[in-house]
Amino acid sequence: MNPVVLIASVYVFALAAFLGYQVISRVPPLLHTPLMSATNAISGISLIGSLVLAGSANYPLGAHILGFVAVTTATINVVGGFGITDRMLKMFRKRGTEAKEVAK
Amino acid sequence: MMTLTSYFMEATYLVASILFILSLKMMSHPETARRGMFLAEGGMFAAIVGTLIGTHIISWVWIIGGLALGSIIGGWMAISVPMTAMPQRTALSHAFGALAAALVGIGEFIVKGNEMGVVTRGALGFEVMLGALTTTGSLIAAGKLQDIIAGKPIQFRGQNYLNLLIALAMVSCFVAFWIHPEMVVAFYAMLTLAFIFGVLLVIPIGSADMPVVMSLLNSYAGLAAAATGFVLGNNVLIIAGTLDGFSGFILSVLMCKAMNRSITNVLFGGFGSVIAEASSANAGGVMREISLDDAAMQLAFANRVIFVPGYGLATAQAQHACRELAELLEGRGVTVKYAIHPVAGRMPGHMNVLLAEANVPYAALYEMEQINPEFPSTDVAVVIGANDVVNPDARDNPNSLIAGMPILEVDRARSVIVLKRGQGRGFSGLENPLFFKACTNMLYGDAKASLSQLAQAVQHV
Repeated sequence: MNPVVLIASVYVFALAAFLGYQVISRVPPLLHTPLMSATNAISGISLIGSLVLAGSANYPLGAHILGFVAVTTATINVVGGFGITDRMLKMFRKRGTEAKEVAK
Repeated sequence: MMTLTSYFMEATYLVASILFILSLKMMSHPETARRGMFLAEGGMFAAIVGTLIGTHIISWVWIIGGLALGSIIGGWMAISVPMTAMPQRTALSHAFGALAAALVGIGEFIVKGNEMGVVTRGALGFEVMLGALTTTGSLIAAGKLQDIIAGKPIQFRGQNYLNLLIALAMVSCFVAFWIHPEMVVAFYAMLTLAFIFGVLLVIPIGSADMPVVMSLLNSYAGLAAAATGFVLGNNVLIIAGTLDGFSGFILSVLMCKAMNRSITNVLFGGFGSVIAEASSANAGGVMREISLDDAAMQLAFANRVIFVPGYGLATAQAQHACRELAELLEGRGVTVKYAIHPVAGRMPGHMNVLLAEANVPYAALYEMEQINPEFPSTDVAVVIGANDVVNPDARDNPNSLIAGMPILEVDRARSVIVLKRGQGRGFSGLENPLFFKACTNMLYGDAKASLSQLAQAVQHV
């Protein structure tokens, strides 16, 4: 990694950390479980690193296999994480509104 | 040179990053949260498509196989996991996320280990180390939450020294590999030690401290993903990983504050085993039992009732019974509220999700600071399977092991009904003076059964 890229990456990291702090400290305790499950699903973005490992040309078989397992676990997180987050968020309802879609 | 497809790929990454941040911003309110998640899903989809188009992928078998298998397992989990099992599921997903990061790191090492610069190698070591220890640590946590592994702390003499030793060995291997990239052994030794360290880190921690541990593991898993971003020079990975890492970190700090303990104390204190002898001194008085009919009478003729749920509500799956009783009371004109302690349950926000599942409107769920001033004007506080979070010793007894922990001030209510399985102490083994107070009545039995019977009795009042 050359210094220019490194510095840019550190900038991205620092700004993301700052932004993350600003955004996430505004999430009410009410939604902390969905928050954890959502950030988990989002960090399942490591899937894109796994994809490259699993399918790139000229990689040894070992790397493909590691990549395959990584793709699988990351996909479980993405699909399962978003699925469960949505299921949870669907349940939070306002007073008075009988949640019809929840009842089924 | 960048080709057109790689520009497209970078564009999808930028879009994904923006959508992720936007989706977390929309998490700040239950009404927008769900829409926000759709944005995040869109971002994720774009990034995946962008990667598949933008990188030179030749062998699709592994990719399609992994995506299909992962989607099946993930989809099955999304549909079938009950809300009460949410902590275990989340712990498992920390393990999966961390494992993916660790495996990508190992793969990168196999493929490009020799041509990496110092910085990349450092990030790689960090990624693999964090990923590996989070994987095993999260699996242990999930095992404890699922009761496969005993929930109480597993401790032995010299444990902290052993942990320290292994941590030192792990870090030395990391440094060795960092300075001498040709030392393949050092890399794999670090990997192995990290797996072992993850186990050792979590086994001494009791189930009651799980909210902190879950948040910490969340943070580690995120940071491992961010480190992957540094290794691959991929900004969307850095951003998403950092968001996840910081979210976990913020939650850890909040959970620690809610228990008035430091993170080091949680990790190395082995809470929940040393306590029995320290607290027996203030044991005293008798616990008064109340009959179902009397309890129902109290509730039915109250003006204000506050329910205080704890982990016992989750184990008894009593959330629906609780809501039914609450609705009956509301039908009689009783004002019903729910008081939620930040560390009630086994993960942050656990109780809110359970009650939301039982169709309790979120406006009826109150945070600790909001509800505490209301206890003195409350006729009946109903404690359902909660213990430490309502222990007045934390406030009144400076020698208590949980002294200084903010509590729900249930003991200030005019009367208290405690639903409890038996006379035994709660998980932490701490004596709770609340149970001996004159205003407190105990209703023994399974929480779900008790609540349903109370509901029936209220109907006949």
